[in-house]
Amino acid sequence: MSMPSVSSAASAPQAPEGWREITLGQAIREALAEEMRRDPRVLLLGEDVAEAGTPFKVLSGLVEEFGPERVIDTPISEAGFTGIGVGLAMTGMRPVVDIMFGDFLTLAMDQIVNQAAKVHYMSGGKLKVPLVVRTTLGATRRSAAQHSQSLHAWFSHVPGLKVVLPSTPYDAKGLLKTAIRDDNPVLFFEDKMMYQLKGLVPAGEYTIPFGVADIKREGSDLTIVATSSMVQVALAAASALEQLGISAEVIDPRTTSPLDKQTLIESARKTSRVIVVDEGYQSYGVTAEIAAVINEGAFYYLDAPVKRLGALDVPVPFSPVLEDLTVPTPDAVVEMARTLCGRA
Amino acid sequence: MVSEHITSSGERPLAFDEATRTRERQFWLGLYEQMLTIRLFEEQVNELYMSAKMPGLAHLYSGEEAVAVGVCAALRRDDYITSTHRGHGHCLAKGAAVDRMFAELLGKQPGYCRGKGGSMHIADQESGNLGANAIVGGSAGIATGAALSCKRRGSGQVVACFFGDGALGQGLLYEAMNMAALWQLPVIYVCENNLYNEYTPNRETTAGDMLARPRAFGIQTEEVDGQDVRAVYAAAVRLVERARRGEGPAYLQCNTYRFYGHHVGDIQRSYYRAREEEEWWKAQRDPLKILSSWLREQGLAEERHFAEIERRVRALIEAGVRFALEAPYPDPQEVAQHVYA
Repeated sequence: MSMPSVSSAASAPQAPEGWREITLGQAIREALAEEMRRDPRVLLLGEDVAEAGTPFKVLSGLVEEFGPERVIDTPISEAGFTGIGVGLAMTGMRPVVDIMFGDFLTLAMDQIVNQAAKVHYMSGGKLKVPLVVRTTLGATRRSAAQHSQSLHAWFSHVPGLKVVLPSTPYDAKGLLKTAIRDDNPVLFFEDKMMYQLKGLVPAGEYTIPFGVADIKREGSDLTIVATSSMVQVALAAASALEQLGISAEVIDPRTTSPLDKQTLIESARKTSRVIVVDEGYQSYGVTAEIAAVINEGAFYYLDAPVKRLGALDVPVPFSPVLEDLTVPTPDAVVEMARTLCGRA
Repeated sequence: MVSEHITSSGERPLAFDEATRTRERQFWLGLYEQMLTIRLFEEQVNELYMSAKMPGLAHLYSGEEAVAVGVCAALRRDDYITSTHRGHGHCLAKGAAVDRMFAELLGKQPGYCRGKGGSMHIADQESGNLGANAIVGGSAGIATGAALSCKRRGSGQVVACFFGDGALGQGLLYEAMNMAALWQLPVIYVCENNLYNEYTPNRETTAGDMLARPRAFGIQTEEVDGQDVRAVYAAAVRLVERARRGEGPAYLQCNTYRFYGHHVGDIQRSYYRAREEEEWWKAQRDPLKILSSWLREQGLAEERHFAEIERRVRALIEAGVRFALEAPYPDPQEVAQHVYA
């Protein structure tokens, strides 16, 4: 199933039959509710997930439908309840653990990296860990350094984990359903600025496979590979570039692990110029990996080195004036694209 | 394995006919055999390691056998355990086979984890073993999650979470115990207090009263002589039955001693513990001697019983080592298998 529209504008005058416009937060909630109805083994647990529905209100109403036995408020103890998620997953349940802010993943690192990611391999394939860890990424909420990081690259670095970065309501719903049905530990990162993002989602059942990038916009002069909320940044930049006569293709990998290398390489071969945009810290980040993949797969097709744009390598500052400087903007992408295409 | 004629205190029942004596003899000799299997298994591990046939690290369980055997005797086969880096004893007591254990330790294909886990990561789903864990305290969350799973599924299973006194320094344990108590989960936290956190006496690492910690969460707490398998078993039966009835988690501290160093290469130990101390424990507090002495005193077993068991266990160990030494290594292609399910 392909998407009719991806734009955040999403006024979508001609929605296909049965498609509705919902927010990304609603899409997440729908995915969870549908999977919980379908499979009694699915449980939610985390801080303030029940009555409060999390600070982002993404889970509102689920405890009313599924009860406190399946929507479980935990103490503030990320290592503990993530570990409990691992144990649940190893013994026949399919837990979805909610880590309120992505920064708090640091407290659960052992349980995710040493335990969840390793169990299947260490046991010679005997034990499985069908665990989903839902959490956030993204700055620009003025939440400062301990509530603003985008740490998805860390987890993409670890074999045994899968890492998902939805950029639209459609992707969020389809990918989350796939995550819950996956027999592996999955880190599911939601940009906290995107919960109100609207988009079209079909009424019926669908899932989106991991490792399949989505071409959010076709173009011929330049490829912009972008993840999570940076897809919206890239699309905005592409619209501006169109005014300048530059046709930009926007590719969203959707999952950084597994990574759809083929689609990235094919697009690079087609356009010969690539910018990679991601909200993680630039150094040693997702942009570096994707740039390397493209260099290895499309080097002789490139007219210029792959350029990349990540978050500034600084702790995210509080002051709005400073914070806004840390995140890639459409203007920065446009500027980089113009230079890359010789239109500076 | 538990006969109704074996009282949970381990003492003689009042009605003491010949059939009861036979069952009692068989039960305790069965535990003796398991402890001897672990002891001789570990002696072989020591030899394999010292003769450079075993790669990696080896943390021996010798001296602590009564804990694993006493606790696992109170469990059903479908109950779960989680184990530690010093986990060979737990795996064997829960039902792992000697030959596949040796094969795993040598990194061989027929090992429990196809040679991918090794000594510190052995798991065996069939015997309810969710895995040894090389992160001290690392399995507290897994065990507690498994207990929540048992409760959710209404399976009647319980979980025994083995860890050493070193894990008392890890915060994860307390996060997990808090939730286990809040949610009344069927999990027994079994602390093997062998007095040392790796190379440091726990009096230097552990403040206050160890048992006050679980009690602060409202967790049922018991302390037993971990060298006396009858005491361990009796306490484990009480706590497991309680958990199975839905009465919540428990904490069982077994005071024990590791006869060897932190790992096989830890030979010069005088800077953290005295040779006299080690000799005293081996001479006075050996769990095998304690059980066999009791069985002799009670007239329940005599020399021929022990000789027969030793002959059988030595043959088992010998065959297991031979099997493992002759077993093939994994196919190189396996290196990239089992990363994802």
